[in-house]
Amino acid sequence: MTDASLREGPPKVRRWSWTDPKLRSLVLQAVLGIFLIWMAWSILANAQANLARRGIASGFGFLENSAGFGLVQTLIPYDESMSYGRAFLVGLLNTLLVAFVGIIFATLIGFVMGVARLSSNVVIKALASAYVEVTRNLPPLFQIMFWYIAVLAALPGPRQSLSFGLQPLINAIASGLNGIGLGSVGAQLSAFAGTLAAPGVFLNNRGLRIPRPVFESGSTIVGIALVVAIFAIWFTMRWAKRRRVATGQQFPVFWTALALLIGLPLIAAVVTGFPVTFEKPELRGFNFVGGVPVIPEFVALLFALSIYTAGFIAEIVRAGILSVSKGQSEAAASLGLKPNLTMRLVVIPQALRVIIPPLTSQYLNLTKNSTLGVAVGYPDLVAVFAGTTLNQTGQAIEIIAITMAVYLTISIITTMIMNWYNRRVALVER
Amino acid sequence: MDVSAPPAGKPSGYVSSAMLQQQPPPVSTTGPIAWARAHLVGSVGQVLLTLFGLWVAYVVIPPVVRFFFIDAVFTGTNRDACLPEKVGRDVGACWPFIWAKWNQIIYGFYPEPERWRVNLVYALGVVLLVPLMIQKVPGKRLNALAFFGIYPVVAFVLLTGGDLGLRGFLLSRLGLGGVFTNIGQAIGLRSGFWPDYVVSALLISAIVAAVAPVFAGNRRTAGKGMLVVFAVLGVVLAAVDIPFGLTSVRTDLWGGMLVTLVIAVTGITASLPLGILLALGRRSQMPLVSIASTAFIEFWRGVPLITVLFFATYMLPLFLPGGVSIDKLLLALVGVALFASAYMAEVVRGGLQAIPKGQYEGAAALGLPGGLMMRLVVMPQALKLVIPGIVNNFIGLFKDTTLVLIVAIFDLLGALRAAFADASWATPTTVVTGFGFAGLFYFVFCFGMSRYSMALERRLDRNHRH
Repeated sequence: MTDASLREGPPKVRRWSWTDPKLRSLVLQAVLGIFLIWMAWSILANAQANLARRGIASGFGFLENSAGFGLVQTLIPYDESMSYGRAFLVGLLNTLLVAFVGIIFATLIGFVMGVARLSSNVVIKALASAYVEVTRNLPPLFQIMFWYIAVLAALPGPRQSLSFGLQPLINAIASGLNGIGLGSVGAQLSAFAGTLAAPGVFLNNRGLRIPRPVFESGSTIVGIALVVAIFAIWFTMRWAKRRRVATGQQFPVFWTALALLIGLPLIAAVVTGFPVTFEKPELRGFNFVGGVPVIPEFVALLFALSIYTAGFIAEIVRAGILSVSKGQSEAAASLGLKPNLTMRLVVIPQALRVIIPPLTSQYLNLTKNSTLGVAVGYPDLVAVFAGTTLNQTGQAIEIIAITMAVYLTISIITTMIMNWYNRRVALVER
Repeated sequence: MDVSAPPAGKPSGYVSSAMLQQQPPPVSTTGPIAWARAHLVGSVGQVLLTLFGLWVAYVVIPPVVRFFFIDAVFTGTNRDACLPEKVGRDVGACWPFIWAKWNQIIYGFYPEPERWRVNLVYALGVVLLVPLMIQKVPGKRLNALAFFGIYPVVAFVLLTGGDLGLRGFLLSRLGLGGVFTNIGQAIGLRSGFWPDYVVSALLISAIVAAVAPVFAGNRRTAGKGMLVVFAVLGVVLAAVDIPFGLTSVRTDLWGGMLVTLVIAVTGITASLPLGILLALGRRSQMPLVSIASTAFIEFWRGVPLITVLFFATYMLPLFLPGGVSIDKLLLALVGVALFASAYMAEVVRGGLQAIPKGQYEGAAALGLPGGLMMRLVVMPQALKLVIPGIVNNFIGLFKDTTLVLIVAIFDLLGALRAAFADASWATPTTVVTGFGFAGLFYFVFCFGMSRYSMALERRLDRNHRH
């Protein structure tokens, strides 16, 4: 055998054979392609025939038509004479609102519960575990309907509203002290509660009332002070880090940042004479006047989504912290890092790498689950657009396509940001 | 050599010649006191946390127990049994409400004389599922075939009544309908379906056998395989076509737990094979297959289930040939199956990606063709890896079944909500009782599944040590 014969390679056999991977993949793809084209064509043909038979208009012209229905929660001005397009926008904003607020609450509850599940205190650990198991194993729709039908609808009317604030809390403690025979301390506490401002948050069967911030002239200056403070904090952090790397000297960044964040706007507020005030809701007749009314549908949806998603976030946080091996904190300690620095510089950055991707998908799930608000009548995108608008116009194809496209866009954007983040924080392996 | 003994003849003062007695560990690290110090009262902060936790438990647990058991009413025939002013004490849960609505919660409006069929389906499901879930019971393959293959057909026939009255198969579409109808009626059948089916099956099998050599196949095996496929399909079609004399029950009469379980089981049985196919498609080398699978998966995963249900209910009928009116429950089932299979595909793909390349190369080196390599080497390992993920998907699917009430199909939650509207049971505690019952139902199923998956994971993990 010579080199020349080796170089020529095996003899080429051109044969129609199913075992030839190239041919096989070509045939399979051709079949799939023909099938897909046939399906698309038959869907189009059927849809056209069906629409013509039922006399349903097509195209996106309906977006300009007058909607003719009112909505109970509108973040932008809206009334019945406005178009379906405007109603769509109102619904989209309502979806984004409940998703945004829900994400904040779910994150807070979830992190607290996740850390509590790792607590060495068995009582706290058991409570957090019970919370996680119960909330994760009950369907979100069940939870929404529970809050809406069983809790909010059963609350007293506006006159007997539950009020939230320091004053009712202290009063409750005072009455508790009276109960266990410490009447004098209780009376003192009650007197102290009387000197505090009246509560500003009320919950009743018509929803929630919270104070409304009123911005007078000069409030822009406070806002500017806030922005300046944030920039100052950013520069301080950069400077402190550079100095630490260069000289090894520490700088109390956290306290400086806190002082800047509170101090600058406070000084601005004092100088301009407190331009931001809060208008509190007041009981007049049978209902409250003033403040911001929050509809019960929103409250129920927010409670259910935050509590449900928080159960999942708690598990993610727990898994993330557990994923950082103990050797990491031991190594940090042997380098002489203090416990809080070990946590901040060694454990948390590594845990976040594990936590953030599933956390984002939970945020996405929360946004998608906000569509369940339709079951209690929260005017989100699905209720307004795929519900009422679809019933009125009958243009199912356009409306459902738009609705799906909105959620698809949200999810694709999130996925893209996530992929970018993952590439950035990915471990660089040898 | 005995190292412990001191060198002979040279007594040393510091080497003990005897073993020391083992000492008990110090009291500060063992026993209830040390445990309490470590877990309850180690520091001021710990004590405060413990007190706070106990306070929360005190606020939550006793009232719940009192409401559902101590103050609860267990017997009665109408709302008077649960009204505090009639009973003369604080009234907790109103359980008679659940007993009164029991049939509605379990069967929906399924006609009363036919309910034995639903019970039979429930019983068959339990009988087939329990041995499938217990590892020690032998015959898993047969059991799985019975549960995933035969049970759905039997359940379908029992629940709907079967007797679909199939009209024509493939050749009737090509204009031979009249011929076959005549043949069918001549041999005493209702339509030309079965003659058409037999001829079509023989014809297609013959064609497959004829072209088999082109694809390096064997005429005999190809033809036989095709006939077997047609035989199995024929048995299934016969089961749904033959009139067994069961009264037909329309699906809009179904409701309650029946609908919840039908949707969950259909979703689960449909999503696993579809998901595996999609996952394989997504990892395929063929660009068109991979793009189509990826687009399908990402689309369904990107939209909320409600929009999928709206799509299935309002949009899908527009895409089908005119004049066909399709069952609402069936449409919802299609939507749920598509949605669930996309999620399942991603779980399975995770498992496929976790299989090291050496496994593929090893299988290829043994000369296994692609299909066998997947079936015998890769899939068993991959599916085993992702069992927890699959069960998690099942749990999610089970929770998602509640969403059908938004497209006006009455599942368990929907049946309860309808029951709340009954004025003869309107009491202050009816609603909370209903939610308590439904919550218990969902919790038992979901929690049970998650515990089962954890146990399974531990079991499989033991065989998986490298």
